Amino acid sequence: MNVISPEVVKQVAWLARLRLEGQALDQLAAQLDDILQYVQQLQAVPTDAVEPTSHVLPLANVLRPDKRRACLSQEAVVRLAPAAQPPFVKVPKVIET
Amino acid sequence: MPSGELASKTIHELRALLTAGAVSPRDLLDDVLARIDRLNPSLHAYLGVEPQRLRQQLEAQLAAIPAGRLRGIPITIKDNICIDGEETSCASRILAGFRPPYDATVIERLKQEGAVLIPRANMDEFAFGSSTENSAFGPTKNPRAARLDVVPGGSSGGSAAAVAADLAIAALGSDTGGSIRQPAAFCGIVGVKPTYGRVSRYGLVAFASSLDQIGPLAKDAQDAAILLSVIAGHDPRDSTSAPVGVPDYARELAQPVRGLSIGLPELPAEGQTDDVRRAIEEALRVFQQLGCRTARVALPHIDKAIAAYYIVATAEASSNLARYDGVQYGWRAPRGSGLRGQGSGQPPSPEPPAQSELIDMYLRTRTEGFGAESKRRILLGTYVLSQGYYEAYYLKGMKVRTLIKQDFDRALSRCDAILMPTSPTPPFRLGEKIHDPLQMYLSDIYTISANLAGVPALSMCCGATADGLPIGMQLLAAPFQEAVLLRLAHAYEQHTQWQTRRRALRRGD
Repeated sequence: MNVISPEVVKQVAWLARLRLEGQALDQLAAQLDDILQYVQQLQAVPTDAVEPTSHVLPLANVLRPDKRRACLSQEAVVRLAPAAQPPFVKVPKVIET
Repeated sequence: MPSGELASKTIHELRALLTAGAVSPRDLLDDVLARIDRLNPSLHAYLGVEPQRLRQQLEAQLAAIPAGRLRGIPITIKDNICIDGEETSCASRILAGFRPPYDATVIERLKQEGAVLIPRANMDEFAFGSSTENSAFGPTKNPRAARLDVVPGGSSGGSAAAVAADLAIAALGSDTGGSIRQPAAFCGIVGVKPTYGRVSRYGLVAFASSLDQIGPLAKDAQDAAILLSVIAGHDPRDSTSAPVGVPDYARELAQPVRGLSIGLPELPAEGQTDDVRRAIEEALRVFQQLGCRTARVALPHIDKAIAAYYIVATAEASSNLARYDGVQYGWRAPRGSGLRGQGSGQPPSPEPPAQSELIDMYLRTRTEGFGAESKRRILLGTYVLSQGYYEAYYLKGMKVRTLIKQDFDRALSRCDAILMPTSPTPPFRLGEKIHDPLQMYLSDIYTISANLAGVPALSMCCGATADGLPIGMQLLAAPFQEAVLLRLAHAYEQHTQWQTRRRALRRGD
């Protein structure tokens, strides 16, 4: 019995903005199914009275003085873009005309 | 001095020689560069080395830092830690050519102490892996295997191989599920995963933010202690770094280990080889001879660690990797590449047909930019976080994480350090596990729980196989007790031959 089908993997791939087709999709779906089958063993662990841990340190509300600080220049940041027309980052057309 | 002699020394040995003026930092760098030139083409520990740039950096450092704890010492940096102006790609195509415009906090601290940084130690792409075979630019070979047919471990495999083969004096790596400790074990050196929050993650490219830590890989415990003293400490730029004082770890090494208690957990023995089991038993005898006591401890949920980890870590990874979209930095797929026109980018119904040139660019960039393991983890993480599966997977994973953390809290209240293998097996062969992702994940069984619990752990060599491949042991302690681990490791080194044997094995390579 599969935990995850190629159709669901394809749907998840779309959510993650990845393209999967044909053999690559089937192979990945089989591998993910293996892993998810293995992970099922957690269902046997009683956890009704257990709080989840998202973070191990007892830190809460880390604050700092609200002071102005230097940051990277616009030029230094725009220079990193794979396509740019300073001071703008270039992207494919997003508005249909 | 014969070639390779300086490169084979430790930080503390070199510091004495450099301070006395017996050795010049230029000679030291030249010796390391000569090793790199000769050995890196076969080992592939580095993704690229620019000797002229490094020599210029050394001159700049010598002029700027008249005295520092690491003045003139060449240290290599895993390819996921940002160095201002140096390519930092996480061994991924999607970040190929990325040169961050700032230094990670750990880099700032190394520079302030005068270190000479060798960028681009190879790794599994985005630190996803246990063998360095997931690097988009080709695997690293384990220098301890004469035929170079064995993995160096991962994901910090380039860092570990570089240190073990004297292509650097020491290294920084990152550890999310064992990525410092397992390669340290496979290459026969010392690796430390500090307590979560001990070292700032500012400037470390994020994999799983609640598990990641930067730490040292070094030739011995004293070098690891020196490096940890430099990089540890609170950083206002990382709100998860802990406001806890940093001891002088190198000075702490002199403290005796007599009377410390070593906890022995019962472990899932599945897959553990006899030579690993024997090496750990032998190591325990050494600690007993050193005057340590032993105590039985229980870690009842450790057999669930891998399952919990691959939920929590992939969930965090999938959200951290959502930022790679080919817009602000990194690589963008060129127009017209990939599978467009075959309908493959069409969202499956009932998704709205949100096709646009921009979304098409995202799809092509991510599909062509990420390797197979990255895609697996992004998909797994997206799945366990998605509506309808969140409670069964992600919430369950976080709850089991609580149980694992409680196991460690209890066990570490009964002993000073827990002893166990770093890996259930000695280093495996290239290609042996790469086609079976689950088998690769299972090889992390002993390292993963330290990240889930947030506790510090150290790995070092404690034996060898009949073929001379290293076997590693792991020591784990309560949060912020790195000093205990380093003391035990240092005492062990003084009373065993594995350190000198490591050197003998490397001679003539």
